[in-house]
Amino acid sequence: EGGHGPYQPHEPGYGLDQPGYSPYEDEIPDAQARMLAIKNAKAYLLKTSTKSGLNLYDHFATILTKILDEQPANTVDIIETISQDVKWAQFRKKMDTLRDEHLIPPTFEAAEKCKALFIKEAGEEEHEELDEEMGEPALPNVMETAFYFEQAGIGLSKDECYYIFLAFKNLISVQPIQTCRFWGKILGLEMNYIIAEVQLREGEEEEEEREGEEEETVAEEKEMGEGEEEEEQKEKEPEPPKSTYKPPPEIPKEANGTGTNKYVYFVCNEPGKPWVKLPPVTPAQIVCARQIKKFFTGRLDAPIVSFPPFPGNEANYLRAQIARISAGTHVSPTGFYQFPEDEEEEEGGDTYEENPEFEPPPVAEMVESLAMWAHHVKGILKQGRCVWINPAQKSEEDEEEGEEEEEEEEEEHQEETGQPLLTLISEDEGMKNIPAWTAQASTNLIPEYSIAILQSNRWPGAYAFASGRKFENIYFGWGHKYSPESHTPALPPPAEAEFPSEPGITEAADPTVEEELAFKAAQEEALAEAEEEEEEEGEDD
Amino acid sequence: MEALSLPAALSLVAGGGAGLSPELRAALGASLPLLQRDYRFERVWFWGCIQGVRGAYYIAQGLGPDRAAPRSRLYSLNCLDWSLLTPATEEMLALAEEVKGRFQGDPSFEYSLAEINPEAAARLVQSGKEPVMKEEARLIATIEQIDRAVGIVPRGAFVKTPLGSVHENRHFEGLSLVEAKKLSSYFHFTEPTDLKNKTLLEKADLDPSTDFLNSLEHDIPQGKGSWSIQLEKGGSVVVLRSLLWLGLTFYHVPMTKQFGYVYFGTGEKNLDLPFML
Repeated sequence: EGGHGPYQPHEPGYGLDQPGYSPYEDEIPDAQARMLAIKNAKAYLLKTSTKSGLNLYDHFATILTKILDEQPANTVDIIETISQDVKWAQFRKKMDTLRDEHLIPPTFEAAEKCKALFIKEAGEEEHEELDEEMGEPALPNVMETAFYFEQAGIGLSKDECYYIFLAFKNLISVQPIQTCRFWGKILGLEMNYIIAEVQLREGEEEEEEREGEEEETVAEEKEMGEGEEEEEQKEKEPEPPKSTYKPPPEIPKEANGTGTNKYVYFVCNEPGKPWVKLPPVTPAQIVCARQIKKFFTGRLDAPIVSFPPFPGNEANYLRAQIARISAGTHVSPTGFYQFPEDEEEEEGGDTYEENPEFEPPPVAEMVESLAMWAHHVKGILKQGRCVWINPAQKSEEDEEEGEEEEEEEEEEHQEETGQPLLTLISEDEGMKNIPAWTAQASTNLIPEYSIAILQSNRWPGAYAFASGRKFENIYFGWGHKYSPESHTPALPPPAEAEFPSEPGITEAADPTVEEELAFKAAQEEALAEAEEEEEEEGEDD
Repeated sequence: MEALSLPAALSLVAGGGAGLSPELRAALGASLPLLQRDYRFERVWFWGCIQGVRGAYYIAQGLGPDRAAPRSRLYSLNCLDWSLLTPATEEMLALAEEVKGRFQGDPSFEYSLAEINPEAAARLVQSGKEPVMKEEARLIATIEQIDRAVGIVPRGAFVKTPLGSVHENRHFEGLSLVEAKKLSSYFHFTEPTDLKNKTLLEKADLDPSTDFLNSLEHDIPQGKGSWSIQLEKGGSVVVLRSLLWLGLTFYHVPMTKQFGYVYFGTGEKNLDLPFML
């Protein structure tokens, strides 16, 4: 009422805005009653709700204050959400203290860990002087590598790269490391893994091995002692028949520093968390890892539930996948590495050294022809090792009886040979019609500064770049091989066959009572006849 | 992800190792606004990149006023010159399911259906077309499949107006840290199918303006689901990675309006998922 502007005398509605003349005059009571009505309405609005303790009057007041403060556009469309938010804000104030305690820790803890990476220790200045004397620094230049890979669109954010850089610095100060490299990042379901490929200084590894062996011998002695006690007890009880099944001899893992165990790997979930050393990989683990395909969870002690059962937990599976990826995708420009000239070229040659006379070919050539790249990690044979070993030869620990049996049952193990060390990647087989590698230049617009990028199609996530004398390999992915067909898990072995039938154990129906009686009667008749004959003969005499 | 917030967003999803080179980023920064102008889109999203054997496809999406309407998709081989893709048809989707293997990287490449699926090839021949599938059609179908299966948004980010159209919720201030860790706080941004199956009790709790889409909790496989939720940087970014379409990464910064998803991958469905969990 009364909002339509001053009416001219000739218009209908003139004078209706005066008190006492509006169309609703009969409904509005007089002034006194109107004030009372207003008070009643206000008292109603001020009524506190029994459920929430709020009242409509204050609620509207808060909403209008908020709207007038913020002045959003198209307020009428979002008025309900504004109302909801105001109500929500009321509740938040009461529960503030509880919520603060829950929410703050994770973010700030992680921030503190990251900050700890930046702190420089007091004794580090001495270390720096030593490093200069010793020659090349062990710390890899992660940022430089990240720059080159970024030209191809591969890599982590700069912040994360820098945290990893600092984490490597910590690793080097803690562990006795000779060379170190950022291998890559493997994604997992709950957490990811950041992996460092490391060569420990020579003395340190032997000490660790000896410690391991000592622990093992002590454990064996304990077992022997217990076993003797058990045997004494068991002599009194009849023992169940022992099974004559002898599992196939275990293929020994390669020694630290050679083949699949050439490098030692350290992993951490995030930069800032402690580095954990992965155990060396055994051939059985590699053979099994080829048959299963599992996501990593991010916890190193998680069990791997699979068929065929994986001998180990997630740490072993991770190590096996790292070994496979390294063997399959670590490449360098052809000619960068060469076999040492002093030693004779053996087929199983594992060592290589840098070629001082290496001339880096131009980027265009590196992209066009895959023959410009070569593997510098030995491929893994079917056996699970890089160097083939005849499992039947290993019989030092077996009993003497066992040796004789083994010689009889020895199968012909065919010697497996893999490709020699520095094979060109152009000889890698593709799958169906997909080549094993895809080569690209990082940019076509500025060819003078472009670098050559290789992507592996067999292990999606493995990349390599080369620019002049610099090259590097890296892996970012889930840690699985690409297969054009779906993964088919191994079938369980066939059920045990029954013992072959022989006459001695073939079933036959038992004779029935009648048959037995008939047989008995027949036997008695025969006996009686025989007696009669004897009597007859006796009488003759 | 929003074209305008591309640089910041790319650094948040870089945890998976995939990203764009500086050259491509700069090219996108120049060409996406031009797309918006030429096609009169209200919003332009950079959808991601599908790696082929010989080259990669970069995909962008343009949205009109109704965000839930079928989106226009464009592809480019160099992030500069964009070509519009036709909308996906059911027939294309059915054929694309048959074709397996990597994308070749050449949009005019033809997959010979006679080798892959002779029945489909015979049907095509009968209807008068050649028994081949062009890589472009496969691309269209794959993008549509990925969007339908794993294109996700946080709960409350979009509201449905009474008229039926969907808009961004200007009042969305982000999920809280507790909510962000739950699968039920994220929705598939496609036609909902589950809503009718909910019991009346569940429906009573829903808010029809924000809960009009399928949530992620019912994604098969049940239990662990087909998503990996991780908090990076100590909880300042929550990243969801799809395990069904490896390469799809969704990020959200809790208590802020930033969210988005991007696909960097080979464009193949991970059918081994049940064996891998």
